Amino acid sequence: MITGIPQSTGFKWAYKAYVTLFFIYLALPLATVCVFAFNDSVFPSLPWEGFTWAWFFGNDAPYIGVFHERPILRSIVTSGIVAFWVSLLAVFVGTCNAFLFVRHEFRGKGFLYILMLLPLIIPGIILGISILVFSSSAANFLEDATGLWFDGLRPGLILVVLGQFSFITTFATLVISARLQKFDPSLEEAALNLGATHWGAVRAVTLPFLFPAMAAAGVVAVLMSFENFNTTLMLVGSDAPLTITMFDRLKLGSTPVLNAVSLLLIVVSALLGLASLLLQKRED
Amino acid sequence: MSSDRSKLAFWLLMAPLLIWLVTLIILPHVGMFLVSLREKVGVREYETSFANYAVFFNEPLYWNTFARTAYMSIASTVLTLLIGFPIAYYIAKLTRGRTKTTLFLMCLIPFWVSELVRTFGWMILLRETGVISNVLQYLGLIGGPVEMLYNDAAIMTGLVYTSMLFMVVPLITTLDSLDDSLIEAGYDLGASGFSILREIVIPHAMPGIVSGCIVVFMLSLGNYLTPILLGGKDSLWFTGLIYSQFITRFNWELGSAFGFLLLGLSSLIVFVGLKLSRQSLGKTMAQ
Amino acid sequence: MSDIPDLECRSISKSFDTFKAVRDVSFSVPQGTFFSILGPSGCGKTTLLRMIAGFQKPSGGDLLIKGKSVLDVPPNKRPVSMVFQHLALFPMMNIGANVGFGLRQRGVNKTDVTKQVERVLERVGLGGVADRPVSSLSGGQKQRVAIARCMVLEPDVLLLDEPLGALDLKLREHMKVELKQLQSEFNTTFVYITHDQSEALVMSDQIAVMNHGVFEQVGTAKELYYEPNTAFVAGFVGEANRFGATVDGKTGDAVHMVTSYGQTLLGLNAGHGLSKGDKIDVFVRPEAVRLSRKSSDVAGMENSGQGLVENVLFNGANSQLILRDQMTGAEMNVALPQTGEFRDLKRGDVISFGWASQQTRCYRAGIEK
Repeated sequence: MITGIPQSTGFKWAYKAYVTLFFIYLALPLATVCVFAFNDSVFPSLPWEGFTWAWFFGNDAPYIGVFHERPILRSIVTSGIVAFWVSLLAVFVGTCNAFLFVRHEFRGKGFLYILMLLPLIIPGIILGISILVFSSSAANFLEDATGLWFDGLRPGLILVVLGQFSFITTFATLVISARLQKFDPSLEEAALNLGATHWGAVRAVTLPFLFPAMAAAGVVAVLMSFENFNTTLMLVGSDAPLTITMFDRLKLGSTPVLNAVSLLLIVVSALLGLASLLLQKRED
Repeated sequence: MSSDRSKLAFWLLMAPLLIWLVTLIILPHVGMFLVSLREKVGVREYETSFANYAVFFNEPLYWNTFARTAYMSIASTVLTLLIGFPIAYYIAKLTRGRTKTTLFLMCLIPFWVSELVRTFGWMILLRETGVISNVLQYLGLIGGPVEMLYNDAAIMTGLVYTSMLFMVVPLITTLDSLDDSLIEAGYDLGASGFSILREIVIPHAMPGIVSGCIVVFMLSLGNYLTPILLGGKDSLWFTGLIYSQFITRFNWELGSAFGFLLLGLSSLIVFVGLKLSRQSLGKTMAQ
Repeated sequence: MSDIPDLECRSISKSFDTFKAVRDVSFSVPQGTFFSILGPSGCGKTTLLRMIAGFQKPSGGDLLIKGKSVLDVPPNKRPVSMVFQHLALFPMMNIGANVGFGLRQRGVNKTDVTKQVERVLERVGLGGVADRPVSSLSGGQKQRVAIARCMVLEPDVLLLDEPLGALDLKLREHMKVELKQLQSEFNTTFVYITHDQSEALVMSDQIAVMNHGVFEQVGTAKELYYEPNTAFVAGFVGEANRFGATVDGKTGDAVHMVTSYGQTLLGLNAGHGLSKGDKIDVFVRPEAVRLSRKSSDVAGMENSGQGLVENVLFNGANSQLILRDQMTGAEMNVALPQTGEFRDLKRGDVISFGWASQQTRCYRAGIEK
């Protein structure tokens, strides 16, 4: 913090006002979404018709609350299943990648590292269509060749999981590698010296050390999976995750039930986000 | 530990990486490129040609949309930088301790929330029956309801909002690493606030500025939700064209060609950005 | 040379909330002086320096440069320059651009900037490096560039904030000499803050010893070393054995005392008006104690005795003995002269020691804050 630079009070106030405005700009859309979840009206807009919990718990049309709205509940479950698998796969592959890139020297390492980063700079929608095109061609080829059906390669949950996994793994790799880099290899050597097997040393010393980063990567993966839209949009089949369901609803015209879902999403995301930060902080 | 076992361990670690990169990144993109070179000449009959790319260049709607997407993305990048820089400077240099953590978290939280929710928020605010229109009417500043949605300004507001974090975080990181005594030394040697900004702060923050700009540009270019929802049906965003070729018109060949053009543009910008700032991809993305 | 001092502080003070970092400090620094402010960390010396530079506003008092108050002058307009603790060379500019930075801010035209930069770099012995990046320099060279960057602006006062702290020991020794030479060559007033007494003693014309926000004593290196005014100065500048004692009586300037070990000593009353029964702190420098194998050599000294060698701490020229007085059991550090005479001295030996009453500095106990 710089204390020593004298500035005119006018400038200081203008700067503070600007920062305040900025944070209002940041908070405004989310606050609005939340507030209208409680409006006793069938449209999420002014005028304010009074406070209601109906958009959460209501069961009389048109006031069907989130907790009684089957399609939305089903899509939340779908999102949860997708997020679970994406997170599991991403953390597993990310951990392997971290060990590979931090612990091993091999030819072509730099090239593979760049390849590993590529999913970050490929627009999500392109990741989606490329996987769609490829898996469909593969499915066509295999079906022609064998005469069997390969539904897993057609748009659907498996492709959604693979599509999200394809770029979330990069984030998981970066988070876990950063932690592994801080690990003092002499700890593992000490374990070996005390008679542990190689795998035993990794399991007893290194993995517990990595655990906060793996957990943080897992939480980040869940967050990213839940909110992903672009890649999912291209790969989705009949079972739609939450963001896709909400998008379809939005196009048709919105009711405050979407605000209620959004409010729940905001709360859960903020909690998960804070959890991932706390996990990463605990590393130090 | 035998060398055979360590080789085995190495290949066991290598396998997931290779499977992931080859089956989900490399082959799909090669496949997409091959599909984009296919010209449909009859039912299930194809020839290899650049016909799909020719369609793109011969149809003004397509390349206009492409160019518009590019320059709107550039504009949103510049705007995000201009708006975000003072905020990053404020957080990095003019606050400390708990205030700093709090402000930083306040920047982060909106971006943990789904982009769909954020965009939905802007729709509620901006539309004809929306909050802002109502407030302005209430204040007597406007006579009747005003539609603020479905125009370029709305798209821009949404894009800047959506990308802000990816600009502010790398900026805060680099500005945090700027030693305060450099700024003080500048003052001590007689510099004005403006020359310090120009000669010391900005050159130091350059890596953050570049990585922020690259990420924001790519996010804007590849954005689909914000232009569609805030810009409406005629938003003319290139990702919208790709979507309609794939999902509504089922013309995967043309859609793949579009996808490849977008990928080409985004890679080109990343490449040029990195070259100009002499940064490496690894370092930039680690920011 | 005019009589107006380059820098004058008039009862300047600075409080942070309830903490008083600097309390009513007054001093003046004549033109061309190498003035050091020596004190432990947290004594307020950095705050004082930052007030002079303009990065902190004093809570009270006045600050004059060449006779003019500069309280309302912002740091970028003050005729003082500062060499920062970690030098704060701009990594984004080459050496020439660093040194020319201040001139460019003044709007000096390009060719003149280049000329002046080259001239000042030559003066610090770094001609022809203007186009190189800062990172190509060694630690000592960076130091000189940092000084050149300030001196090119011809400031009235150059402030130095412990700039040698980051250097390794050898280079630090070398830079002490070099800094002093640079100062006399530029003949500019230097105000140098440090917690390292040897830096201050070697380089300075005047040293102020600072503690708890006040100046304990201002004087030359010799004055501080031989005639410390306060217990703090006696303990902080140079090394000393410290005893608690009670005054037993006075004869003229001499004070008779009994230490807590029961040893009677004769000391110098450093003008504190001590009287019988006063509790005092007594300081004796290890290098002021004379050693001898023959008790007759030290018999003529006011304070003497026989000591058992508890330990020999060999450290070349700085070797020390830990002696235990055989009569009282008091422990003392004594400098071991490396003339070869005591080379075979070892643990368990008995040796005579003694020192003059002038070397025994007495201060009233408990007044040190």
